[in-house]
Parts: sequence; C-alpha cells; structure tokens
Amino acid sequence: MKEFAYFPGCSLEKMAESYHLSALETTKKLNIKLQELDDWNCCGATTYFYIDELLAYTLCARNLAIAEKTGLDIVAPCSACYKNMYFTAAHLAKDADLAEHVNFALEEDDLQYNGQVNIKHLIEVFAQDVTAEEIKSKVTRPLEGIRVAPYYGCQIVRPQKEKEDVEQPQFFEGILSAIGATPVNYPLKMRCCGGSLIISSRTAALSMVRNLLQCAVDSQATVIATACPMCQVNLECYQQQVNQEFGANFSFPVLYFTQLIGLAFGISHKKLGIGKEFISFAPSLLQAGQRKD
Amino acid sequence: MTDTIAFSQEVSNLLHAAEGEPTRACIQCGTCSGTCPVAGYMDHTPRQIIAMINAGYKDQVLESNTFWYCASCYHCTVRCPQDINITELMYALKRYSIWKGKHKEGLVGPTFSEAFVKMIVRGGRSFEPILAPSYIFSFNLREMLQEVTNATELLLKGRLPVIPARIKRLASFKRMIGRIIPMGGLE
Repeated sequence: MKEFAYFPGCSLEKMAESYHLSALETTKKLNIKLQELDDWNCCGATTYFYIDELLAYTLCARNLAIAEKTGLDIVAPCSACYKNMYFTAAHLAKDADLAEHVNFALEEDDLQYNGQVNIKHLIEVFAQDVTAEEIKSKVTRPLEGIRVAPYYGCQIVRPQKEKEDVEQPQFFEGILSAIGATPVNYPLKMRCCGGSLIISSRTAALSMVRNLLQCAVDSQATVIATACPMCQVNLECYQQQVNQEFGANFSFPVLYFTQLIGLAFGISHKKLGIGKEFISFAPSLLQAGQRKD
Repeated sequence: MTDTIAFSQEVSNLLHAAEGEPTRACIQCGTCSGTCPVAGYMDHTPRQIIAMINAGYKDQVLESNTFWYCASCYHCTVRCPQDINITELMYALKRYSIWKGKHKEGLVGPTFSEAFVKMIVRGGRSFEPILAPSYIFSFNLREMLQEVTNATELLLKGRLPVIPARIKRLASFKRMIGRIIPMGGLE
C-alpha cells in the first residue's frame, strides 16, 4: 500500500466535496491511502502573492512542515494548491535566506521545514504511481462510448518544472483510455478557465469559459473532465451566465476525473458525490448505455 | 535616461530571486501577448507593459489594468523564448500598485485579494460567503442577480459552507504570521 499526506484544500471541504469523496473512494480501490494532513491551512490561492510574497511562502511552508513530520509526500487535488506548494518548496530549496526567514516564522507554531517533502497533484498519482493496467484491473463498468474532453487547465502543467511536455501532455488521455472512455481531441485543453477573474473581471472570464465549452461541443465530447475545483466551478456553474452574456445555449456536464474513474470502478453515485452538479451527467450515461446495447 | 533605468530596476527588485533585470532580456517578439487569453481586455498587452517598464513609464504601468487581468495561467511564461517569468512579473506589479496605492479605480482585484488574505489571517481557511461584500457592490444589477442565483443553487446542492472553517492552532498560527507582517494592518 502506498500512503500520502493528503492536502484537500478549502474548496474540497464543501464547494468541491464530490472531488474529495471520489478521490478517497477511487484511491482506496487502488490500494493508495490518503492520510489527511493535520490542521492544514489555506494554500493562499493566488491572492497571497498579490499582497505579500513572504507571507505566501510561509503559509505554504507551514503545510509542508506538517507533512514533513509524517514522513509522507503531499498529494493535492487542487491545481492551485499544488502549484503553490510545489513552487514554495522549490524556492525554499534554492534560497537559504528565504528558508531561514520562513523557518523563523514557523518556530512560533513549533514547526520547521527542512526541504524533505515531494509534492504531487492527485492526477499525477493516477498517472505515475499506478499503471494503466492496475487501473484497468479495477474497472467493472468501462465507460464505453463516452467521449470525454480531458481538460488540463493551467497549474497542473504550468509553470514548467523540469523538462515535461507543457504544450501537449497526454497523461490525462491515458487515464481516460484506461477506464474505457474515449478521450477526444480537445484543442483548448491547456487554456485557462479564467480562475479568479470570474470574480474580479467577470466578462473576460465568461468569454474564456464560453470558448472552452464551445470547443468541447465542437470536439463532440459528452462531458468535460477536470482536475481542479476552480475549473469545475467556472466551467459548470457559470454556464447560465455565459448563455446570458453571449446568447448561447450551453448545458454541458463537467465532472472531476475521479468521478469518471469511480463510475468505471462501479462505485455508487452517492459515494462519488454525483448529484451535486448543476448539470446532470445521467442522461449522457444512459445514452451511452443504450448505444452499447 | 536615469529614470528609464530606475523603473526596470525597481521592478526587478520586486521579483523574488530574479537575477539582473529580467525585463531587459525582452526581445519584443509578442509571444506573450499572442498567447495570453485575456490580452483583449487589457489596457496594454503583456508585451507592451514590458516595453513600458523598460522605457520608464512608471505611472502608466502602475495605473494600467493589465496585471489585474492576469489570470495566473502561466501560458506566456512557459512560451517566453527569453525565459522571463511574466506571470511573476504581473504578481509583483499587483503588489507594488497596492503598496503605492496607485491602482486603477473600480478594479475588484485589489479589494478582493486584501479581503481574502485578511480572512485567512483570521481563521486559517477560506470561507467563501465572507468574501462576497468585497466584490458584489462593484457588480451591475445583472451580475448581482447572477451571483445570487448561483449562490442559491450552490446552497441547495449542499456546496456552499454555512459555518466558517477554522484551523485548530489559531493562536500560534497568528503569532507565526506576526513574524512576517505587522498584524495591525490586517486585523
């Protein structure tokens, strides 16, 4: 059994609870244990960096220090949490002065960070820590006939960490194929959902969401799969606003990739948090089932 | 000419761990502006902002909406042939314009991010409903109604928290933050 320190992040407590539930259910099937980090704090999204950089690093470092005590690597299901923690660790490793200053602050909370933690996004666990064969071996209800748009979004792959492909990665498609679904060619898979611009610059964000939805329609996908709570909310919950703003008529399901895996593993809808979405995926599932028969 | 050099240096000093003056490496190829999904909404495209920094247009840069429209998608950054971390540059300009009190009127970004940070400093975790007052009043009537409709649906689907989450070790957490920033400004 593999074990990770799990950093759910604030969104997964409520807004994206279905991501949390499906992450735990599907990893359990694959013999991976996600041990929630004790007393974790908010990663700061992007806004800490708008106010004070040192504060931003310190708040991320607190979570890294707590994880370090467990001896486990961190897994974050949210792309923004992942990016913040990953690059905080990278900066602290390179800059001894910064690390010293951050550790000076951490002392107040009886913590210290020594640079011993690796940070992974949840989707990387599915792409790297288990093989496609292991995933396939757990599939009881393959998602045959379901065309899925693999939406990477931004911060899983950007900024670049080492030499990995930041323009046309394929690991998401690999996971979808393993559960029997058909990953479609989704040309905008690496484009941004607008992130927090949905609050601060509404029109700009809605136009970005519109483009992503239109591209999914054009790709003849039946569902968009995401790996980030921010992307899910922007793409799904703001469709009515997109329709109003642009005279469109979108009603396009957007699920977490872990919910799709869970469906293929035969896990119940309730356990996967299916039913909490604004736009139901059930009709597409039925349709696919009918086509199969 | 001395002013010209000063502003690009000032900006470099805002960038953590930057060596030299990153904006000086810019060859004005425009890959960033061509890549940016929000460029069409910005007063000046990212390429223009860098040119303006290098030319010493300090006031015009700080008063521009450009960096407040940056969604932090890092698409420009991974494509820049000169390896300029343009997204981090946008963060730095946000911080600087807040600090200088120079940012453009009517932007949601500065008040929203300050409200967000204050919220975390108080409780350690995010609680979305508390943020609404920082932006809702800048919305027009239609946007306000959209937001209310969405919040209602989220609530009905059990996706909106009603009780603020807090971390356990809040007192030591606050002392930790106190070693970074004077708490007076954020309490």
